Amino acid sequence: MIINHPLLGPRDAQEFIYLGDAALIHRPDGMAEGALERFIPYTYLRDNPAGSHRELWYHEQGDRSWLVVTRNTTTHEITAVEMARDVARKEGRSK
Amino acid sequence: MRYSGFKVIAEALTGHKGWKPAWRDPAPQAAYDYIIVGGGGHGLATAYYLAKEFQQARIAVLEKGWIGGGNVGRNTTIVRSNYLLDGNEPFYEFSMKLWEGLEQDFNYNAMVSQRGIINLFHTDAQRDAATRRGNAMIMHGADAELLNKEQVRSLYPFLNFENARFPIKGALMQRRGGTVRHDAVAWGYARGADNRGVDIIQNCDVTGMRIENGRVLGVETSRGFIGAKKVGVAVAGSSSRVMAHAGMRLPMESHVLQAFVSEGLKPLIDGVITYGAGHFYVSQSDKGGLVFGGDIDGYNSYAQRGNLPVVEDVAEGGMSLMPMIGRARLLRMWGGIMDMSMDGSPIIDKTDIEGLYFNGGWCYGGFKATPASGWVFAHLLAKDTPHSTATAYRFDRFAKGLMIDEKGQGAQPNLH
Ligand SMILES: Cc1cc2nc3c(=O)[nH]c(=O)nc-3n(C[C@H](O)[C@H](O)[C@H](O)COP(=O)(O)OP(=O)(O)OC[C@H]3O[C@@H](n4cnc5c(N)ncnc54)[C@H](O)[C@@H]3O)c2cc1C
Repeated sequence: MIINHPLLGPRDAQEFIYLGDAALIHRPDGMAEGALERFIPYTYLRDNPAGSHRELWYHEQGDRSWLVVTRNTTTHEITAVEMARDVARKEGRSK
Repeated sequence: MRYSGFKVIAEALTGHKGWKPAWRDPAPQAAYDYIIVGGGGHGLATAYYLAKEFQQARIAVLEKGWIGGGNVGRNTTIVRSNYLLDGNEPFYEFSMKLWEGLEQDFNYNAMVSQRGIINLFHTDAQRDAATRRGNAMIMHGADAELLNKEQVRSLYPFLNFENARFPIKGALMQRRGGTVRHDAVAWGYARGADNRGVDIIQNCDVTGMRIENGRVLGVETSRGFIGAKKVGVAVAGSSSRVMAHAGMRLPMESHVLQAFVSEGLKPLIDGVITYGAGHFYVSQSDKGGLVFGGDIDGYNSYAQRGNLPVVEDVAEGGMSLMPMIGRARLLRMWGGIMDMSMDGSPIIDKTDIEGLYFNGGWCYGGFKATPASGWVFAHLLAKDTPHSTATAYRFDRFAKGLMIDEKGQGAQPNLH
């Protein structure tokens, strides 16, 4: 698989470490009311879809950035690559 | 029809005209007492033991393709009971005992071959860990033996003992471990279940579940609605997809694992060798092919095929363990979809939906579990209580902090 890095261009997927579903960006607030109830599904449950999947890849042997890759799990075709930072900001995770 | 040596001779003398299909091809009935979704090893074994040991009932196995087309026909056929943790070892040892009596029990040649399995170690710390694991196995009634370097050398003199990074210092041996002809397991259970009245319905894709007031009433399939009092799901890599029909999210990711077979060679490896440090394991089939594999590819996949980096990684592992493998040509390679759970251990449990039961999360190691998995799932379906060897395989173990994490990797399925 070739991941088309937004900054570095096409890179071999072997340079990356795979973490999992990009929903992991939405870590619950540990201080909030009912945090435990939210952390259990956050940590352990996954949609695990057959088809389009947004997932986190870390460019360990590159620029050490986190990417959100949209990939089809039935064909391995990659349809979008974004910087995880931009995705997180867009989704209201950080400033 | 019972199979026997006499039957083979009689058929040979009469032109083999008397063999019959090993199971029927029935149309689905309107309703059953039990529906098992998934005609892999686990689903078929469940139906077999349900019919044989637990209940006289109307039972059907629904398989979307053909039986044995999933992981049960794709694995590298290794069976063993060399686990460390309390939640696991009694279950896998129960499975090993069932393997030992299986062929007589279901009257089918599954080529159960207790040829011995060794796990190599390379450091003092790994030797300590192997000793501890061996002791845990022995305490649960399994067999284990610690081999030193010279004992390993006498078994497999061609291994690369002086590898600079991973010199071989010895191995943990389980002599009762070995290999079993994988698809014969599916066929043997299918035939045994069919003989006891189970309907095995192929080309029957479960596309939905009918659930009313918290109770399952049956399943929607490509061959129409089929009613059931109880539904047991055992679909391995498709677990998340099928349980989504019941509105459930699972502690699981689906990943692809590849396997490889070389051209046929003269007898060379008479047992099973695992080389965890090098991400490589190998045995030799009775036809002579070296059967080997390594790690999962490591990203979510339903593709039943992997990518080249893992092929390279496995080949490197093989070269570092037994350099002569570089002279062998690769004949075939393929992939299967693993139901990788969050702690690397399976789930065999009731769900919150009345009448709906689940069996999955087998990761890359569910073939060895097939007999016990079928037995304990049948037990759960029939009696509504878990079998004594499977009490830890619950859905709520994650919420309660009771994970069964053999590798200690945490909730990261691609590392188990
Ligand atoms: C390459 C490879 C090597 C392996 N090596 C080993 C090994 O050496 N030792 C070991 O112990 N384990 C090994 N495993 C793991 C083992 O094969 C699996 O854990 C085990 O086979 C899973 O259980 P099963 O046989 O029931 O799965 P499967 O045979 O996959 O059965 C599941 C069935 O469910 C069916 N299904 C799915 N969705 C639906 C639906 N909607 N409706 C109806 N049916 C459906 C599928 O078609 C399939 O036939 C290996 C796996 C692979 C891929």
